[in-house]
Order: sequence, then C-alpha cells, then structure tokens
Amino acid sequence: MTPEPAPDVIPAFAPDGPGADALLQVDDLRVSFPVAAGRIDVVRGISFTLDRERLGIVGESGSGKSMTGRAILRLVSAPGRVSAGRLRFDGIDLQALPERGMRRLRGARLSMIMQDSTFSLHPIMSVGRQIDESLAIHESLSRRERKRRVRAMLEAVRIDDPDRVAKLYPHQISGGMGQRVMIAMMLIARPDLLIADEPTSALDVSVQASVLQLIDDLVTERGMGLILISHDLSLVSRFCDRILVMNRGEIVESCRAAELHRAVHPYTRGLLAAVPRLHETRDTLPVLERDAREPT
Amino acid sequence: MNAGPSPALSVQGLTVRYGDAEVVSQASFEVAAGESVALVGESGSGKSTILKAILGLAPDWSGCIEIAGEPRGHRPDPRVARRCQMVFQDPYGSLHPRKSVDAVLSEPLAIHRLADRDTRIEAVLDDVGLDPRFRFRFPHQLSGGQRQRVAIARALILGPALLLLDEPTSALDVSVQAGILNLLRRLRAERGLSYLLVTHDLPVASFLCDRLAVMQRGRIVELAPVGALRAGDFSDPYARQLYAASRVGTVEDPPA
Repeated sequence: MTPEPAPDVIPAFAPDGPGADALLQVDDLRVSFPVAAGRIDVVRGISFTLDRERLGIVGESGSGKSMTGRAILRLVSAPGRVSAGRLRFDGIDLQALPERGMRRLRGARLSMIMQDSTFSLHPIMSVGRQIDESLAIHESLSRRERKRRVRAMLEAVRIDDPDRVAKLYPHQISGGMGQRVMIAMMLIARPDLLIADEPTSALDVSVQASVLQLIDDLVTERGMGLILISHDLSLVSRFCDRILVMNRGEIVESCRAAELHRAVHPYTRGLLAAVPRLHETRDTLPVLERDAREPT
Repeated sequence: MNAGPSPALSVQGLTVRYGDAEVVSQASFEVAAGESVALVGESGSGKSTILKAILGLAPDWSGCIEIAGEPRGHRPDPRVARRCQMVFQDPYGSLHPRKSVDAVLSEPLAIHRLADRDTRIEAVLDDVGLDPRFRFRFPHQLSGGQRQRVAIARALILGPALLLLDEPTSALDVSVQAGILNLLRRLRAERGLSYLLVTHDLPVASFLCDRLAVMQRGRIVELAPVGALRAGDFSDPYARQLYAASRVGTVEDPPA
C-alpha cells in the first residue's frame, strides 16, 4: 500500500547503534488489515525507542495509535497482520518469542490499560478476583499477602471502600470506577512497561489527576516505561516527556512534550489550533481537513 | 434579567430523586432568551439529571421548571418537545441503527403533524452542514461528526428555541469537535437559540457559553460569567479547584 518501497532508507538504529539498550525498540512496525482491494496498512512502518520514561502517542481516531500499542503486546488478532524489522523488549526479541513466553510477559512485565473497561472486564468474575488473578498467576504470594496488595491497589486508584468494591461485579460499578479497576489490575503486578490507551478519558479531572499521579510514581520510583496513547493534546503535553504525533499510520512529528506548542508539522499545528482554550476569544475554531478515508 | 421577555428556561428549587437518593438538591438558575449557560462539574454531580428532569426523563422531581414562561408538568408534554430538545453525548448510541437519516428526521414531523416534510428536512440538513445525499443513509454509513450533525438536525427540526446539550462533543476527535462547536455557535447566532450545555470541559464552555454554573454533589455551588475562566476569579473553593485542575499545563499555558 505504501507508494514506494524506499530500499535505501537507513534503519532507525543498527543492531548496536543508538537505542540498542533501550527498554523497548520498535523498528519499521507495520500492521495491516484485509479490505476488498487487497490489504491496507493501518500502521505504516513506524520506528521509535522507549527508555524508562513517559512517551505520549497522540493522534485522531484511525491514526493507528492504538494498533501500535496492541501490536507491541501481540494483541492484534487475525485477519490483522503485524510485521516489524525489530521488536525488542528489555533485550528479548518479541517476534521470536513463542506464545507461551509472550503470555508470561504480558500482565507481568508488559501491561496494557485498554480504553473501554466495560468490554475489558470479565462480566461474571468479581472485581477483587480479577485483580487478584494477575498476582496469583505471576507471583507466588500467600493468599493473605495478595489480599493485602489488592486492597492497597484499590485504595491507590482512589476507590474509597475497597473491601466492598472488591466483591462487586463489573455491571454493578460505574464506568469511571471500572476504569480504575482496570488500572489497578494492570498496575498490581508492577510491570516494566505500561501501555495506557486513553486510560483516563472516562474519568473526571480530579480522579484523572490522581490516577496519573499513581502511574507517574511508578515511572519515577520504579523506573517503569510508559506509553500513553491519547487524543488529548494538553493531557499528553503536561504528563509525558516525549511526544510522537501520528497521522494515518505514520509518525509525522516527534518532540519533547514541553515543546509541543512549538511543533512545526502542519497536522500537529492543525490539531493544536482546533482545541478550544480556557480563555477563548476566537469566533470560529479552525477545522482540520479530514483524510480521504472518510465517507463523503 | 426578567425585565424583557420571559427567560428561555427558569429552574427554581429543583430537587430530583432516583429512588431514595437525592441526586439534585434545590437547584435554581435561569437561561435568558438567546443566552447559553454551561453546567460544569464532575460525573455524579447531577448535571445530566437536571437536563433529564427538564426533558421529562427523570419523572421524580419537585420544584418549578418553566420553559419560555410556561411551567412544565410531570407528564409527557408535546408542547415541551416543540420548545426544547436535547442532543445526547454519544452519536453512536443516540441514533437508531436501522433508521435512515430521513426516517429519523421525519418521525418528529409526523408526530407533531407538521406539513412540508420534504422542504423541512432538506432545510435542516443544509443548516447543519450536511449534503442532501446524506438523507437516505444509515447511521453506520456516517462518521461520528456526521452522526452528531444528524442528532443536531433531529433536535432542530421542530424549531425549538432551547437546546439541551449533554456533552455534545466529548465522544469526538478534536478536529471534528471543532467543527461541531463552530456549528453550534453559528446556529445559535443565526436562530437566536438558547443553550443549556452540560460539560466537564471548561474550554468548551468558554467557547460556547456566556455563563457557567458549577455543580457539586447535586448542588449549584457557583454561578459565574465565563469571563471568570480568564481570570480564575471563582469564590467557591470547589469551583477554584476545578478551574485549577483544568488549567495546569494546557496547550496555551505550557508548563515552565
């Protein structure tokens, strides 16, 4: 689907070039899906590295940001197809890893907070058991110790009444609380790399702040790496260290978060301009031209 | 504010219950004709419940609700539907998946026995910036922004003077959101509409509204002009906290 193969492009990093010892190395990652006329690339050969830092990926729906996260965790199922020049996590070649090994990593060292908690929680398992499950599988702790950890985790995501909530089922809790339960579930095993796909968009500003604080503590205290996927530019710019801007499956701009307002790519500039401001004086907001895939 | 014509909406001492829980307590405010007011606050603070009570979707309420000077009863009232319509948050959930745009827009006209359906539908599609060929499409053939335009057209087709907007853009991408916000602002200017907007996004309120009412635990804790968002001069501690949480490191005020 790409217009030209561009064989003479130098790969983002040679085997022992810069970024070789990073926590995560992604080189020429592609995700494609079949359509009526062949296959379409939704992620078109993106490359980046991640250290024990906070990396934000921003873009609009359909930009490929969520697929990037899923591809790293090998969660893109058929007929989707993933290929990469290189996909290494902490020295482990994720592409060569058998499914068993991948399962051992996932949930323990590599975690992902999904966007929609209502579809991601097990409907007939109590919240407490679901959170406990990842501890029970990945760590050998006594039941009492696990219970204590679950309780502390629920408190950390600002659930006021953890003992009561732990006994509830997903349909008995609100969306915002479900999202916090998901976050608790993903953080309890203390992963090395957390991919958070719109982790707080269902939450209120103040709860959002405390959940981000919790994630931030893990990054600074335990050296966790974080990929925060979001469409919220101001959230990403105030929370992350670096930002990748994605549009139509490609990284169009990469910059330090504090310098987002100095971004130069027209797409990034367009996104920034389209956001209403707290002290808004414009009569109309500039609207980005949407890409050609939209039905017109 | 009461000197001229009666306000588009007047809510006095509104208390709404869901079973034993009091979700809204003694809320009082007005929306003047042509004015746009935002209800802001966290989820569970009762913002959407106020809209539902006005529309008749939360029947267990007490107090007084007047739409264009006429008190609203507790029963479904076709006159209320003519004067006041709602645009819901989720354009994917609020349109019937098996009804075409044409069917969605015809239904209110049929219920209220209005003639000239063809002209009215064409006009309203034009008003919300949708090409006439969208008329016979189904929701799954539309993007999120186009669906929200259809939802706005559905709300406008009976010609109400007051629109209740429940987070109308929070499910949309920023650039699509900008288009819908522009549309709402233009419609208000062209038709002299009044808006009651529920949002948790203060910048959206700043773009669309004249005043805002800050809600916390079912009560309106502060009513302020949107100008307060410029200076941050709120008197209620919760309103100040909400303002501070929204302001930190936004794109226009990058962290030092």
